[in-house]
Amino acid sequence: MNVQYMSALIAVVVLGFLAYIGTEFLGLNSLFGIFIPYLAVCFFLVGAILKVMKWAKSPVPFRIPTTCGQQKSLDWIEQNKIDNPSTTPGVIARMFFEVLLFRSLFRNTKAGIKEGKITYEWEIFLWVGALAFHYSFLTVLVRHMRFFLEPVPGLIGIVETLDGFFQVGTPGVLLSGVVLLGAVLFLLSRRLLIPQVRYISLMADYFPLFLIIGIAGTGIYMRYFARVDVVAIKQLAMSLVTLHPAIPQNVTVSGILYVHLFLVSVLFAYFPLSKLMHMGGVFLSPTRNLANNSRMERHINPWNPDLKFHTYEAYENDFREKMIEAGLPVEKEA
Amino acid sequence: MTIPREEMLKIDNTPPRKSWMEVPPDFSKGKFCYPSQIKALEYLKMPNPREWSPTDEDWKLPPNWQEIIHKGFKERLDKYRSLKVFMDVCVRCGACADKCHFFIGTGDPKNMPVLRAELLRSIYRNDFTLAGKILGKLAGARKLTTDVIKEWFSYFYQCTECRRCSVFCPYGIDTAEITMMARELLHLLGISIHWIMDPVSNCTRTGNHLGIQPQNFKEIIEFFCDDIEEITGKRIEPSFNRKGAEILFVTPSGDAFADPGTYSFMGYLMLFEAIGLDYTLSTYASEGGNFGLFTSSDMMKKLNAKMYHEAKRLGVKYIIGGECGHMWRVINQYMDTMNGPADFLEVPKSPITGTVFENAKSTKMVHIAEFTADLIKHNKLKLDPSRNDHLKVTFHDSCNPSRAMGLLEEPRYVIKNVCNHFYDMPANTIRENTFCCGSGSGLNTEEIMELRLRGGLPRANAVKHVHETFGVNMLACVCAIDRAVLPPLMNYWVPGVSVTGLHELVGNALILDGEIERTLNLRMEDLPGAEGEGNDDDE
Repeated sequence: MNVQYMSALIAVVVLGFLAYIGTEFLGLNSLFGIFIPYLAVCFFLVGAILKVMKWAKSPVPFRIPTTCGQQKSLDWIEQNKIDNPSTTPGVIARMFFEVLLFRSLFRNTKAGIKEGKITYEWEIFLWVGALAFHYSFLTVLVRHMRFFLEPVPGLIGIVETLDGFFQVGTPGVLLSGVVLLGAVLFLLSRRLLIPQVRYISLMADYFPLFLIIGIAGTGIYMRYFARVDVVAIKQLAMSLVTLHPAIPQNVTVSGILYVHLFLVSVLFAYFPLSKLMHMGGVFLSPTRNLANNSRMERHINPWNPDLKFHTYEAYENDFREKMIEAGLPVEKEA
Repeated sequence: MTIPREEMLKIDNTPPRKSWMEVPPDFSKGKFCYPSQIKALEYLKMPNPREWSPTDEDWKLPPNWQEIIHKGFKERLDKYRSLKVFMDVCVRCGACADKCHFFIGTGDPKNMPVLRAELLRSIYRNDFTLAGKILGKLAGARKLTTDVIKEWFSYFYQCTECRRCSVFCPYGIDTAEITMMARELLHLLGISIHWIMDPVSNCTRTGNHLGIQPQNFKEIIEFFCDDIEEITGKRIEPSFNRKGAEILFVTPSGDAFADPGTYSFMGYLMLFEAIGLDYTLSTYASEGGNFGLFTSSDMMKKLNAKMYHEAKRLGVKYIIGGECGHMWRVINQYMDTMNGPADFLEVPKSPITGTVFENAKSTKMVHIAEFTADLIKHNKLKLDPSRNDHLKVTFHDSCNPSRAMGLLEEPRYVIKNVCNHFYDMPANTIRENTFCCGSGSGLNTEEIMELRLRGGLPRANAVKHVHETFGVNMLACVCAIDRAVLPPLMNYWVPGVSVTGLHELVGNALILDGEIERTLNLRMEDLPGAEGEGNDDDE
């Protein structure tokens, strides 16, 4: 038992119950279906923008890229233009691999001691898990645009077709949802099972995982098991995006949908306050987004202080006689 | 070190049962660096100079110390985007954990870069975030107590600012940056270590870490020239503080002071003699290294300022810098920003090959390995690599030249041209993946030898691999701290492997015009196959 993951788990379960009870028994459908989602989206947008602005307000005084390859030096030495970029296109390429393909995580190794020797193995699973998680999440998000757009753009149809490529079951199993749930469970299990990772994990690390498990779980339940009324959900979603919010009256929307929607709202609202902002932060990381060209071009520090240092004059004043005696040239004779 | 190697290798990395916030740091003997002395802090006009010891219950902090830290933290968040972003974006994925040599060597969870940063983040959350203020420990926040300060002192002086973790972090979080900030904060309370502040104070006054005064600096170099004369039959007369020289040469003072760095200094002198370079040494700017980097950005700037100041006074065209690790981080990433523009200098151009060093066109400072590689490429040096035939050489990439610059091929190219037997260590342990010597960032102090040997274990382990596989017996490097600390590290983990600077190898292979037939190497040892009269008493 660990207070960090238990409190996160309890928090998510309580949140889920709140939405279910609130809508199934207390008739708070407008609260959970309209008011909170609007609030959450506003919170997300304003919060995320403020956070990025807050970061951007602090300057980058020094050019501190972590160089991961050969520098640009002599013509006949091949530079690693991506891992040690000296130009803007190089930085863009580096950021492309970093942001879209998680280049640094791909390098991951695992150190161990075997027979008195330290060994390193390539550890690819964290990278695979992270990639699977983020891309399946993105796919799910894109697919959900079907509920918010009328007519449904062709692109979403294409994404769905690809997502349902395996054509198993009715309704056809969409890979993204399953992969998302699987990846989150993997990320959670490594947090729980690897002693070091468990030791560093905070409630703030478990909470979004449980939240996303809740979201994916309710989503999968609704699609494959509860067979909720999709037309009613679309009606609600469209009313929200067209800013004419209305709870569908003639049809019933399942309480599970409200749980799903509420957990998503919580995720949105929680996002700007949390580590989930790594999505924005990765773009601003000075060890990645700067060119290693600080010997070629002067980088300006806006707060560069004017400091008194120990000048040559002070030095010579201190040692003049000894310098003359040793035959060292001096500015002023004694 | 009296601990047997097998004992040292029994590394238990099971985390304690208690939360890390409840585990106090270990201040038993050998686990901490000695604090700085009053006179150094007073000379440098730094706050709160006093007599104290980490083993004391009361660290004699100023009465408003919490306010000082809070303000100092805020000031740094406003000055550095890096700090702000790194405080916010960590997801604690743990990818950095076993990338740290101190974690690998000690198993202490607080040596995982992520947890080292959490030591600071927990205070950041408490003081500057809403979630931290409301949720407290659940959000990973905690109140700033004297125990936190003690923990910072312990663990931010168990980080060598090597930046290996930042290679693997998906957001590029750089623990060096975090350690630098934490050390700056500790300085505000007068908490610092002797091994850093003493060199800083020496360097301020005498121009070098070791406090070598001008006349002694000149004498030392002249001793080297005596040795060179004995070995080669040629007398070299380097100039000091000479106005009008084309080039100012600056190298870490460790090269003037301690073996085996001294042999590299001899190598530089021989190289410059061989090509007839118009250069001068300075007794005032007689330090390439900059322990200000391990102190504060202000101190780094003040110490670094001497290089341009002296280059301007002497009227040289540009500067060549010797082999040093952190020195080159300062030059590559900070110097021009802090103390530039160097508009009184010219874009470096090799007077021998005509090569223009475009990559240094703004700082006007060239790394000696770049300079020498260019000379060799243009066939400007007469070399006899067979003089190094008794050596099987491997190369230790120093942290800063590899991860804060990317100087990877230049030294290798030089080695391959002056030695016939070169073997790289495994890929996971070199180039951008290189492992720290375990004693960087001012931690090369004697009292924490066990920690240094543990931190150096991953490096030593890789050397051991090439030692056993290829018979490697010489570890080459381009860093003065490496040259000082790798010999005891090798002695402990991989006996039979010696340490050399790059330009010692160059000096040995280099054929000077009109030199006598060499029977001795720069260490005054008999060259294999030559009948010499050297001293055999050093092994």
